[in-house]
Amino acid sequence: MSDIEEIFHTMSYGPAPEQANAVETWLTQNQQGFGLFINGQWCAPLSSTETITSRNPATGAELGNIAVAGADDIDAAVAAADAAFPKWSGLPGHERAKYLYALARAVQKMSRFLAVLETLDNGKPIRETRDIDVPLVARHFYHHAGWAQLLSSELPDQEALGVVGQVIPWNFPILMLAWKIAPAIAAGNCVVLKPAEYTSLTALYFAELCQEVGLPPGVVNIVTGAGATGEHIVKHPGIAKVAFTGSTPVGKRIRQQTAGSGKKLTLELGGKSPFIVFEDADLDSAVEGLVDAIWFNQGQVCCAGSRLLVQEGIASRFIDKVKARLQNFRIGDPMDKTIDMGAIVDPIQRQRIDDLVKIGVEEGATLWQPSIEQPTEGCFYPPTLLMDVDTSNTVAREEVFGPVLAVMTFRTLNEAVALGNNIRFGLAASIWSENINRALEVSSQMKAGVVWVNCSNQFDAACGFGGFRESGFGREGGKEGLYEYLKQRPGKPVKAANVIAMPELATDMTAARPGPGIDQTAKHYIAGKQVRPDNGNSLMAIDSAGNYAGRVAEGSRKDIRDAVEAAAKAASWGTTTAHARAQILFFIAENLASRQAEFQQRLVDFTGATKKAAKIEFDATISRLFTYAAWADKFDGAVHTPPQRNVALAVNEPIGVMGIVCPDVMPLLSFVSVIAPALAMGNRLVVVPSQRFPLLATDFYQVLETSDVPGGTVNLVTGDRDALSKVLAEHHQVDCVWYHGTAAGSEMVENASASNVKRTWTDSGKTRDWLSPNQGEGRQFLREACQVKNIWLPYGDESSGPKAGY
Amino acid sequence: MDPKPSVRAKKPSAQQGGTAEPSRLMLVDKHIRNCGTDYQADPVDNIRINLSAVQRRVSTLGGRRTVKKQWQAAWLLKAISCIDLTSLAGDDTPGRIKRLCAKARNPVRKDILQALGATDLNLTTGAVCVYHEMIETAVAALEGSGVPVAAVSTGFPAGLSPLETRLREIELSVAAGAAEIDIVISRRHALTGNWQALYDEVKTYREACGEARLKTILATGELGSIANIARASMVCMMAGADYIKTSTGMEATNATLPVSLVMVRMIREYQALSGQRVGFKPAGGVSSAKAALSYLTLIKEELGDEWLDPYYFRFGASSLLGDIERQLEHHVTGHYAASNHHPLA
Repeated sequence: MSDIEEIFHTMSYGPAPEQANAVETWLTQNQQGFGLFINGQWCAPLSSTETITSRNPATGAELGNIAVAGADDIDAAVAAADAAFPKWSGLPGHERAKYLYALARAVQKMSRFLAVLETLDNGKPIRETRDIDVPLVARHFYHHAGWAQLLSSELPDQEALGVVGQVIPWNFPILMLAWKIAPAIAAGNCVVLKPAEYTSLTALYFAELCQEVGLPPGVVNIVTGAGATGEHIVKHPGIAKVAFTGSTPVGKRIRQQTAGSGKKLTLELGGKSPFIVFEDADLDSAVEGLVDAIWFNQGQVCCAGSRLLVQEGIASRFIDKVKARLQNFRIGDPMDKTIDMGAIVDPIQRQRIDDLVKIGVEEGATLWQPSIEQPTEGCFYPPTLLMDVDTSNTVAREEVFGPVLAVMTFRTLNEAVALGNNIRFGLAASIWSENINRALEVSSQMKAGVVWVNCSNQFDAACGFGGFRESGFGREGGKEGLYEYLKQRPGKPVKAANVIAMPELATDMTAARPGPGIDQTAKHYIAGKQVRPDNGNSLMAIDSAGNYAGRVAEGSRKDIRDAVEAAAKAASWGTTTAHARAQILFFIAENLASRQAEFQQRLVDFTGATKKAAKIEFDATISRLFTYAAWADKFDGAVHTPPQRNVALAVNEPIGVMGIVCPDVMPLLSFVSVIAPALAMGNRLVVVPSQRFPLLATDFYQVLETSDVPGGTVNLVTGDRDALSKVLAEHHQVDCVWYHGTAAGSEMVENASASNVKRTWTDSGKTRDWLSPNQGEGRQFLREACQVKNIWLPYGDESSGPKAGY
Repeated sequence: MDPKPSVRAKKPSAQQGGTAEPSRLMLVDKHIRNCGTDYQADPVDNIRINLSAVQRRVSTLGGRRTVKKQWQAAWLLKAISCIDLTSLAGDDTPGRIKRLCAKARNPVRKDILQALGATDLNLTTGAVCVYHEMIETAVAALEGSGVPVAAVSTGFPAGLSPLETRLREIELSVAAGAAEIDIVISRRHALTGNWQALYDEVKTYREACGEARLKTILATGELGSIANIARASMVCMMAGADYIKTSTGMEATNATLPVSLVMVRMIREYQALSGQRVGFKPAGGVSSAKAALSYLTLIKEELGDEWLDPYYFRFGASSLLGDIERQLEHHVTGHYAASNHHPLA
């Protein structure tokens, strides 16, 4: 029997290798080692002589030697970026758009080269680099060429940050480069980017493309190296913003390293995303969805659907289907076009996967792997199911970052949501059901930045991507991602500090005081009740003349604990309608207005404001409440239109429990200016009022009590600002802290926030002009008070004929 | 390596167009029929299909699997062996049908087969598919070739003639020598959700077929939703269809990969339900060698190698063969081929 007759009967697949000739030539040309790309030129490191060998994980073959940039090289790169920044950010948007367009085209023209190089360097299948990674790279530059074009008209109040330091991971090397560089330079920033040490080659080739399109020197600088090089970037004082994608532990360290620096920060970190299959799902399609979720890129995906939650009644049938699919799985040479899964990026990672699987089994999981062929050489790991995983199993809680699926079952929708959210991460979720009501209800309840309904691992430049919780903060893609590379134009700069020092008590307490009226006892306000401080102590409040003005409760750790507990329980505020929140904010204004004379007098008495100034502050306070009552039902999300047949709902969701530490300046207006936007967006608050003028806030709780604000929605704890702020910033149930205190306090809050990667918004000790509409209110406050969730909803039911649709 | 089909050919059955040399194309026992099941509502009602996910699977499959070089040539020969070479035109004449049958007997130029080392396959197409009036001509023209004749039936393509004449048409076609009967279902039953009526209709057709194998054409382009296509597939199989087939070739949309994926998954479900295998025939719109390879890949991945056999898989096509011939010539010579160098069907 001839070969062909034999194959005719077996119908086997043969080898289908992609050609690597052009890439091999390029690698040979660079045999002497790669340099650093700084100021539009290739240069050798100034003093570092260390190099890293880049290897093909599928074969172990050496691909090239990567330079390790030292601190002096980072200085040079930042200096080059800094020098390029004025001109680049000053270019008309159309001029920047032309460069981004040229980069998109350059990527397309060299798409196969990039795909092959990426596959050789990373080990992921050529199918993925060719069909997913590289097309998304081109798409990202196209999309952001558009943003460069539209920036000045669409976001006229925003401006570029300066030099941006970017550190990217090895799992999607060129794609993460695009996600970082495209929005940054579209917005007018200049970039110092460090690719991962395992996978620097496509970034270095991208630098050649920057040269080819004539990108001005210094706009993009590519520096290679390992963790120490990244640390030089993160800590460099010339950097205005750090954007990091990588592991949660490193993300936490970067949060600490940048604390108090004033650097803007976005972190896209790890995940343990649920893949939820309901009994009414298209099970066969869900199996393929699962393949895309956990066996895409060998499972080395931050948003991998690594926890399968399947409804009990269909669990065994579904698992059988998954197993049958895996029996057809093909693992092998990533350059082969007939491969489902390629190589793990590095033996160290493979070992880590193997270790975690062993731990999972020791802790009670049942291991299943298909009996399929696997290469004996190279760094491969088979697709793996870990069944009978309970919620305490390490593999149910820790990111494996490999082709390993933890399988659990659930009974009801509520249980699916509870199990899905029972994790410290919050990057993505995939939901499978043919009932749109069910799918959207679960989508709304998932604590995740991206929710894929009946699909998984879908990405597009128009749709924001990023996490909740310890999966990080900030978005990449879409308008929501563009904001991460912009800042509000400052308007008239204000130099004054947030904090007003407490004067010495001027009056003699033993001297005769006006006869006692009815004594007023200011307490904390927790869970809708006035409560005495846990420690039974109070602090003296002093007016502007140094006179005794009263006493306020001295808050302690335990009061913060109780307040956070109350806020966490008051979940209804986040799910009530925007209209209802608007009504209540209007009602607060109404009830405050009825006490105008009293509050204005208190401002005069406490702060020493003139009557006229007090009236201005009071009127502005009422107006501000109206502003956020107005916004409550108008700060809409967006419907993105990615190329897929799909709508992506970008929903502005409340962050959850927010700690808000109030400034001393204009204590009534500033207090309302920070709590009203947070309330408008549906957050529950633990507020530390101005330490200097706390009595205005304790007066205010009576207004809250009469305004139908549900108990626990706003909690006030008076006392030592920074002591209480620290407890808030360290509290793991608190999702976000806004801090308006000192510079040192800002640093402390940012540092402490790292422990659960909570979002922070600090003013580095500087006050705002609270009366100014630019600084004192607006969209910036609303953006800081919400997080964007992108819900992908593919649609279609009619299989024939031309399609109308979005 | 992929497992070989477990059952080898025994001998050509009576239903084939001839009795001469045993074909080496069909590897499975040709006596296996789908006996159907009782009508069961649950497996029909519980069907859930997500079209966008189905489309995603199909659109990525081509990137996950491909065949090159001799594998591609062998797969293309397999595709030929699975073609129902078809002519369904109002102007068909005996002369035209004889030419079609000659092509079915010798679908690829001898020199190409020799160069491929594939002469021992005794390659033919899977069947010839014609209207009733052309059956006798085709049977005569195919005598000794082992190529069965299939006839479209039951008031093809609309299926709205009287039930009595539809049944009679089947009987007459079988009597005229058709080994396979391609019926059209009453779309109205699917569109109104009257699955019991569809079941009853197809079961009646199955009985009328006797020894002939029953292929049920769903006319998927007219069923309104992807779930309806899946339900109609399941009902036809329960009623005893030996094949489920996508289209008449006359609908605005004929065979597509997404629809095919849904139908073959239903075949898999039906096998799990009843233990019986049913064949699949995409028809209309499959005209390139590349498309044919996509279908074979789909079948291999979703149903398994057992289905890569003309007994369980057919293309309903008229122009596909021409494109495959040219690809095979290119494989052999390295030169891109011209259609006028290959004998016309």
